[in-house]
Amino acid sequence: MDGKAATDIPIETPKSQPSRIATLRGSQTRTAWFLLIPTLLVVTLVALVPLIQTVWYSFTNARLASVQPTHFVGLKNYRYLLHDIAFRDSIWVTVKFTVITVVIEFALGIVIALVVNSNFKGRGGMRAAMLVPWAIPTVISAQMWKWMYNGIYGVFNDMLVDKLHILNHNIAWISQPNTSLPAVAAVDIWKTTPFVALLLLAGLQVIPTDVYEAATVDGANTVQQFFRITVPLLRPAILVALIFRTLDALRVFDVFFVMFSSRASTQTMAIYDQQNLVSFSDVGYGSTISVAIFVIIGIFVVAYVTALRVERT
Amino acid sequence: MNKSIRYRMQRVLFYLLLAVILFYLIFPFYWAFRSSITPNSEMFTTPLSYWPHHPTLEFYREVFGDRLFMRSMLNSTIVAGSVTIISLVIGAFASYALGRFNFRGRSPVLYIILAMTMFPQIAVLGSLYTLVTRFHLYNTLPSLIITYLLFTLPFTVWVLTTFFQTMPKELEEAAYVDGATPFQVFWKVLLPLAAPGLVTTGLLAFISAWNEFLYALSFIQTPENRTITLAIFTFNTNTTGGFELPWGKMMAGTMIVTLPLIILTLIFQRRIVDGLTAGAVKG
Repeated sequence: MDGKAATDIPIETPKSQPSRIATLRGSQTRTAWFLLIPTLLVVTLVALVPLIQTVWYSFTNARLASVQPTHFVGLKNYRYLLHDIAFRDSIWVTVKFTVITVVIEFALGIVIALVVNSNFKGRGGMRAAMLVPWAIPTVISAQMWKWMYNGIYGVFNDMLVDKLHILNHNIAWISQPNTSLPAVAAVDIWKTTPFVALLLLAGLQVIPTDVYEAATVDGANTVQQFFRITVPLLRPAILVALIFRTLDALRVFDVFFVMFSSRASTQTMAIYDQQNLVSFSDVGYGSTISVAIFVIIGIFVVAYVTALRVERT
Repeated sequence: MNKSIRYRMQRVLFYLLLAVILFYLIFPFYWAFRSSITPNSEMFTTPLSYWPHHPTLEFYREVFGDRLFMRSMLNSTIVAGSVTIISLVIGAFASYALGRFNFRGRSPVLYIILAMTMFPQIAVLGSLYTLVTRFHLYNTLPSLIITYLLFTLPFTVWVLTTFFQTMPKELEEAAYVDGATPFQVFWKVLLPLAAPGLVTTGLLAFISAWNEFLYALSFIQTPENRTITLAIFTFNTNTTGGFELPWGKMMAGTMIVTLPLIILTLIFQRRIVDGLTAGAVKG
């Protein structure tokens, strides 16, 4: 973001009235801050204070609706966290989910973006269809897919076993440990790939067509054009979408919770944290997990931003 | 000759790919629709019918007759509507300041807002939970209206700011020359021009509030106060008689909940795409 250039309102003032300029500037600043007050108040109430409070709670034994007084316990929660196998498992589940979904969403997203970016009849209808999965609430798409995964009456088993004969027996997609992660990833991929495709499409549409024309004149084939022109020019759009998707995937909650409830083997970091905070009312330890999640997500952000910077220089 | 065959082959392959993509995007939604009009006698028999022999509206009647489900629709409308209006009103002021004024501290505020659009909700769940109980808001709709601002407001401010920035300067300069105050410029000149942006961001804020689940699950306890996502989720826990969940009714419910969203999305599709990409790409 360019911080200053965009908003400089030039005010024509004769040089003989410096005090008038000063008051105008001053009143501008005052008006601006005045306009910001409600937003800053809300942000402070629902984000900044709670964030500071979370860090404070993580050093205490705070419990909700407890007669026991809250007191400072130092690093006790953090020491426990380091040896908490359930949390370690939840990190592993979340990271696996993140890598699977982000990679596939980008592979599929670029294919869809390229297809929709070319000229054909019904392009508008296609763009509209892309918004359908995006518009459906995650909880609902999870339920829809859960029904399709049903062990006996699910459409996947019907297609794969009875119609296409790819499998010779029905699979309990959601309850089997080896299929449950791919199953939940497929829901997220279905819902989010169109979003990724739309972001990439916006990037594609900025690339001027004469670049391709020049390349064609020079004898470059389609594959060469894709890797030499499209990918490099699309890079900024890809990186921004990548950050958004990764952060979203790391805090995943809805789709796992709807499909598996809080089953231990498929807990994400967010589910494990929510269980501690709400179900066990353990605000102290839950806040410690919150801080850890915040740090883990922060590490990813810093890594991406550093990668971006390295690339620019 | 050879060339035209090759061209035709390419065209066929292209449309085949297009068909596969379209099928992939639409099929789950179609299947939910099919299941919502398939009577139980056909739903729970194999092999499956891909279109019911005896379509029925029974499940829709059940859903519309379900007092609690309809109540949760109303609750979600109240919550998402309030959140959207609050975000738009106070967000418009803030983005006017951030988009049109040059003042000290503008950049830090903008960065805080941007950082907050990526804020993980789970990180403050515990504190918000204690906040909600301390103010006796646990199990009330206001608990959701207040906490949802955490994700709708920064997003609204960010997108509207980029919107205000793109407006030509001459407009307000002319108004200032005529002696208008910043507030008059805002109300009379910029806000009417920002109307399309307000519609887009409002719609996006409404959808994200309508779809929220984590806070609703944590702050709401009794069935009367459930939002729609919670109501759809709780189908998981109430089996009606048999050993299978009430899938037909659940799918009818999902249709009723998502159809308005899909219709709105299709009407405003251009603007939504612009809003989504403005929120992301211009970062």
